[in-house]
This record gives sequence, C-alpha cells and structure tokens, in this order.
Amino acid sequence: MRLGNCSSAGIVMALSLAFPGPLVLLPGAGGDLGRSGGKIVVALRAEPKTLNPVLAADAPSRDVIRCLTADLIHINRATQRTEPALAKSWSVSRDGKQYTLELRQGLRFSDGSPFSADDVVFSFEVYLDGNIHSPQRDLLVVGGKPLTVRKIDDYTVRFDLEQPYAAAERIFDDIAMLPKHRLENAYREGRFSQEWNLSTPPAEFTGMGPFRLKEYVPGQEIGLERNPYYWKQDQKGNRLPYLDQVLFEFVPSEDAQVIRFESQESDILTRLSAENFSVLEKQEQARRYHLHDLGPGLEYNFLFFNLNDIASKGLPEIAKKQAWFMDERFRQAVSAAIDREGIVRLVYKGRATPLWGNVTPGNRFWVNTKIPHPPRSLDRARELLREAGFRSNRDGALVDARGNAVEFSILASSSNAQRMQIATIIQDDLSHLGMNVHVVSLEFRAVVDRLMNSHDFEACIMGLTSGDADPNSEMNVWLSSGSTHLWHTGETQPATPWEAEIDRLMQQQLITLDAAERKHLYDRVQEILAEEVPVISLVSPNILVGAMDRVGNFEPAILDPYALWNVDQLYVH
Amino acid sequence: MAERYKLWGSLVILGCFHVVILFAGFFAPYSFATQDRAMPFAPPTRLHWVDRSGRFHARPFVYALKADPESPGTYRTDYSRRYPLRAFVDGSPYRIAAVLPSELHLLGVEEPGRIFLLGSDGYGRDQLSRFLYGGQISLVAGILAAVMSVSLGTFIGTLAGFYGGSIDEALMRGTELFLGLPWLYLLFAVRAVLPLHIAEWQVFLLLVAILGLVGCARPARLIRGVALGAKERNFVLAARGFGASDMYLISRHVLPQTGGVVLTQLALLVPTYVLAEVTLTFLGFGVGEPLASWGSLLSALQQYYVLSSYWWMFLPALLLAALFLAYYAAADAIQGRLKSVYF
Repeated sequence: MRLGNCSSAGIVMALSLAFPGPLVLLPGAGGDLGRSGGKIVVALRAEPKTLNPVLAADAPSRDVIRCLTADLIHINRATQRTEPALAKSWSVSRDGKQYTLELRQGLRFSDGSPFSADDVVFSFEVYLDGNIHSPQRDLLVVGGKPLTVRKIDDYTVRFDLEQPYAAAERIFDDIAMLPKHRLENAYREGRFSQEWNLSTPPAEFTGMGPFRLKEYVPGQEIGLERNPYYWKQDQKGNRLPYLDQVLFEFVPSEDAQVIRFESQESDILTRLSAENFSVLEKQEQARRYHLHDLGPGLEYNFLFFNLNDIASKGLPEIAKKQAWFMDERFRQAVSAAIDREGIVRLVYKGRATPLWGNVTPGNRFWVNTKIPHPPRSLDRARELLREAGFRSNRDGALVDARGNAVEFSILASSSNAQRMQIATIIQDDLSHLGMNVHVVSLEFRAVVDRLMNSHDFEACIMGLTSGDADPNSEMNVWLSSGSTHLWHTGETQPATPWEAEIDRLMQQQLITLDAAERKHLYDRVQEILAEEVPVISLVSPNILVGAMDRVGNFEPAILDPYALWNVDQLYVH
Repeated sequence: MAERYKLWGSLVILGCFHVVILFAGFFAPYSFATQDRAMPFAPPTRLHWVDRSGRFHARPFVYALKADPESPGTYRTDYSRRYPLRAFVDGSPYRIAAVLPSELHLLGVEEPGRIFLLGSDGYGRDQLSRFLYGGQISLVAGILAAVMSVSLGTFIGTLAGFYGGSIDEALMRGTELFLGLPWLYLLFAVRAVLPLHIAEWQVFLLLVAILGLVGCARPARLIRGVALGAKERNFVLAARGFGASDMYLISRHVLPQTGGVVLTQLALLVPTYVLAEVTLTFLGFGVGEPLASWGSLLSALQQYYVLSSYWWMFLPALLLAALFLAYYAAADAIQGRLKSVYF
C-alpha cells in the first residue's frame, strides 16, 4: 500500500484502505507488539512558548504539539515517504493542481467530539489567515498563491493549487488539524492568538494526536496522558499508544541532560553532541541504555564568500577582495585545501560525515552519489591558484596578480562552538596556501544582520538543515531570488549563467510530477553546485540519540523529531 | 625579617615569571599555532630516565604516542623509539619582544616525537607553548591596564582630594558613572559594530583601554583619601604659607605620599585585570584564533566533557593561581612596609 510520491505524471489513482472503522492498521509496522502502560521521561532543551499548533515556531513547542495532534498526510520519518494519516487516501487531478482527500470516518478528538471535513476546512482557514501570521503559512503558498480548500462532503476535502507542485502531498505533514468546535468562536472573535497558550487549562485542549495534555508545571515539566480516542492500532488490533504517560522535563543544558540520563532520570536523549556521546559510550553496558549513531542527518555546514552587489554599500575593502571570491578557481582551491577528515575527527570526534555537496548521504533518495569527492590536496589548490593568477611572494604569503596579499576574515556565530572550531581548522589549512585568515566570532543575530542586511562580511561559516528530504524545501537557498540564497541575497536576476541554469532546473523540478525526472533535474543541480562551489560544503554532523533499554520500539530516524516520531508505538518493558 | 623575605621572595618569583613570558618564544618548544591533527587532547608527555630494558640515561627522553585504535580518543605509548630531550634547538621562528627574530628554543625533541609538557588541546597544539605565548597577551594586557587605571586614578584622585569642593564632586561622580555602566552589554554592542578588519593589536589595545578606563574609579577613590589627608599635614601647610603654588605642593608633597597606595593598587589590579581579560575572552571578546591568551586556554574548560576527560587542560588555571598568589603576596608585603614607614 504505497501511496505517497506521485510516481507518474497524470492521474494517480489512490487505493483506499477498506477499513470501515476508526481504528487503523499500522502500515508496514516495523515495530514489535508492545505492552500497554508505562511512562517515559524526555528532556526538552527549553520550555515551549505555546501549545497552539498554528503559532508555534520554536522546536520545544513543536515537539510537544506533535504528540498532541495529527495531520492529514504524514511523512514517515523512517522511510522518508508519505503515508496516509487522518486522510485515508487521496487522488490528484491530471494537471496536478487538484488534490482530493478522503478522510477516515468515525474518528474522534481526544474529548470525544467527532472529526470531519469541517474541522479540516476550519484548520486551513486559520493557517492561511494572513492576520494570524502562522509560521507554516508560507509552506501552503504554491506559485505565489495560497492553496484553496473546499468541503465536498463530510469526509471529502478538495485542495486547489495555483500550479502543479511536485510531491504536494508532503505539504500536509505536520499541519495539525484543529477542533472547530473548540476554537471557532475564538477565531471569529479575533482572539485566536491568545488561545491554547501555556496558561490554558489542560481540559480545553483537544487534538487528534496519541496523547492529550494532562498538566503543565511552569518551569518544570509538561505531562501528557494517553488519548483514549486515538485512531491507530497495532497489527493485533490493540489500540495505540502503548504508553500511559509521556513527561517532558525542561532541562536547559545538554550537560545536565546527559547527567540526568546517566542517572536514569530520563529515558530518551535526542541530538547529543559527539563529546557527550563518547562520554556516555563508556558506560553503555553497565547502565543499561543504548546509544545510536544514525549517520548524517539533513544538516549541512558550509563556508561561503560574499558575492553580493556591494557597490552602493561603501565597503571598498570587501569590494576589492570580491575579485578573488568571484573567481571560481579561488573557491575551488579553498575547497581543495580544507581538511574535511580533520574536521570530522577533531570537531565531531569522528561522528560526522564529510560533504562535497549540499545533499547529505542521509537523504537516501535525493543524494547525487556521482559527484566527485576529491581528497584534500594542497597541490591541486596551489595549481588552481596559479591558474587564477595568484603567486607566493618572498615571505611565503599568497598575493594576487596585482600584488595584494590574500587576507580575509571568516565569520562564525559565537553560540555554536563547532563552527568556531571548524573556522580555526580552516584558518590553519589556508595558512598552508599562504592565505592570512582571521576568525571573527559574533553573536548569532549580529552575524545574520551582516549576512542579510549590511553585507559587511567576507566569508562565513553557516549551517542549514533542510526541513524535509524533498528538494522543494531547499528552493529558498538555491533559487537566485531565494531568501536564504546566502552568498548573494537580493538578486533581481541571476548573476551568473550557472545560477540561471540552477534557477531553471529548480523551477522545473518544482512542477514535475515524475519522481525519476525530478531526481535527474536535482542531480544536475548538485553537479553544478559541486563544480562552481558558491558554497563550500564541509560536514554533516551525525544524528546521535540514546534511550534506556526499557524503552521498546525505539526506532530513531534522521528526520526531526528524531526519537519521538513514533511515540505512539513506544512502550516500556 | 619575615616581611622582607615575603617582599623579595614574591618579587623574585614574579620577576622569573615575567622574564620567562617575555622570552616565551625561547622557552616554548613550539609555536602557539602549530597544529598536530593526529594528537588532539594528548596527555602530558612523560619524561623518562630509565628505558624499558632498565638502562639509565643521563639525558632524559620521551616516547611517542600513537592513537589507540581500540578506544578512540586515547593514546598508547610507542616504546619502539626513544626521543632524547635536546637543548637549544632550532624550531619555529618567533620574535623577541616583537622585534628581534630568532629560531632558538630551549627544549625540543626530534620530529616526529613531541614534547607536550602540559598536554595538547583539541587541535593538537602544545598547551605549554600556548600558555607562555598567552601570557604575553594576557599579562601585558593586565599590566598595561593596571598602569593606565592607576595613573588615571592617581590623576583624578589627587586633584579631587587636593582641591575638594565642586571639583571633587564632579570628578568623583564622573568616575562613579563609569563604574555604574553595564559594561558587558556595552562591550557586546561595541563588538558588533566594530569593522571586521580590526587588527589583533587594535583589539588588544581596545581591551586594555576599556579595562583601564572602567577600573580607574577604585584607585581614584583611594588616592583621593590619601590626598585629603596629605594636604592637611604640617609641612604642606607650612609650604603653602611660604607661597608655594598648587602644582608645587601636589608634585613635591602630596604625590610622594600616594606612592605606597599606588604600588599596592598596581600589585592588586594586575591579577584582577588578567582575570577580566580571561572573562572577556570567555565571552568572545578576546584576541582571535590562532593567537593564544590565557582566556582562550581556560575557555575550553567551559564544557563538561573537557573537565571530565582531559584533566591536563586545567593546569594553566593552576599556574595562573600561583601567579596571582605571588602578586597578592607582593601587594601584602608592600602594604606591610607602608605601615611601618608612614603611620
């Protein structure tokens, strides 16, 4: 029953599950059959700011909200493909602009009220409302226009898109369905932004997720209890979730989380740093927990240079240096000189993956395995620099054709220790080429201001994480007009022929419905990026998680939320 | 007698410390920036006099360390080859007092041996070398800032104490304003608007200037107290009666009496400002990589895993503590001598 990615252009006829009732078989359940009951404790890095699914932007809020709500179509974090959730099936029109979703029948919210198409229409009305300013609104805008929602009958909803959109069903992931009967009044009266914040009594919350809110102790913890009306069951027909309770505790520092985990006061640790992983590794057997190194996630760290138009900004020093930065041989030389293996070993203790492109090996379907991975070569770097007109002067420093010594600064955010360390290593690497590199650390928002507004920077080390494995989530980075086109923001038109080519390819793959064709297009984008290196990809840290042995069905994935994506299947031995 | 030993003893220790740091390039086996990526977080190299077969060697030697393949992050000693310690070796170039180039180092071992007497940091850089070079930055910053603070404080305090009245009010309230500024946030703001091309020595001087300016309030207050008392002394009143000008009175009679306080303050403020530099570097305001300063050495200790797994990273802190003790002992001894002479 592989619904999910449209596999051929034109009509995809969806098969619908012939299950009459509200309870649903777990599709392709990789997990064991668990025992009912028990409680797990999970540490959150910060306190959630709200429990309103429409307004939540920060990670802790979203982590909790995911346990309380459900979406129409869900991306299975393990397979990275879509699967039916509240919608049991869907079909796409021939032109790819119309999606018709069939909802499961007989489902109920956690307070017992029935779920129907009215709730879906209401939910999207709220998400798309410009006055509410939902962070997820942009995800629902395709081709410049938000999608439109229409109720066909009590269990059928139709979505219309402005233009065909590849893998559009992925848009629905994590768009939580709201209860119309609870929130409509507040919304009509303009009070929606105050609803479902942290001071709302637990009884007023209701959702379609595996758990419902039990209690909130400010500054300490959020407790969730089982949702008796949850609509999933395991293969044996037992209603999910297995767990009675999930407790989220607020533990602000990673070191404190590690200590609590070691002393068995919490059950699950997500996103460890490599150092803490090695500290915990030593005691793995004795203390009865299990650590997992899942390999690279979707995060990619990179070095890039300032290629912005700064003629009007009054930055003559940087403008002079742009003559070097704009030469792709200079960038290729820098890339050739960087010791990626050293970075993996020293900064991440071996628990990272070197990258030569923006798509990590963790993104199994989309990564272009054919782009070259040349080993570090100072000779190759020097050769490229020679071709570009650089040479060494008497003191061993690198100078350009006009005799200016190559000297520039790399910006890194002071709050991220790893990026600072990467900058230090790169500084040392480039000193072997005769480049005089300074490392400048600034507070994160000051860095962003320089990148986006003042353009007063020379080089920068940054990391981005794709929201989804699908390349559509990367449009903003690679489109020349994109908002995170970091090395050259604010382009009105592509500055170079290869940027124009990337624009064309990305726009094309956006509307191509055939997966193989899209892969071909995106592979070509990765080739161009590897050749022209507007960003020099460095490493992707591995996803490191841990859980107590008593937690069953722990199947962490490299997509966020790494450990709790299958919280409805977790159980306790 | 004991007082005299305390004073001269602490001055000798301080003197040795400062000479070693002045000639850091000579005493350090390596440069502060040389990375050995195969040896991150290597424990301190042990000196041996007796080899595996039991033979005694007059010249101490070291063994190389190899990464242990079974437990990553730890090292095994490689007993296959001895590396005798050599004196007065040629090594990485440096400049004495930033002027005279030289390549002579006190100690060294033949490549590929390594002599990490205080262990190595996360990039495989020798901690001892970085401590010595770091001292050049941190200690000089501390001393310069202390001198600046005390000079400024003496100037302000003498004027305020001598003239009194509205001048006194204006000066004292002015310095208190400085004390009251939230200087940490000011620094964040200043750092964010500074151009990226600011040279290392300019960052250094800025640091010194900020420390010196902000910290002049306390010495100013103390000197003012001395000046207040001094101007009432008989010989001062007599000189005034003879028609001495204000300048004469200040320079000939009042300032000399502040001498003791000035010296004590200097001795106390140097460690304070060194610590302030450490704190600022912790927060990202110090000199940039790869330059070492005591602040950057200690900031590695902020993380739990460093403290728990790599104990030698803590040694610079112990050396600093010893240095500060020497300074405080000197300050104490000077204070003691003051009492016996003046009061």
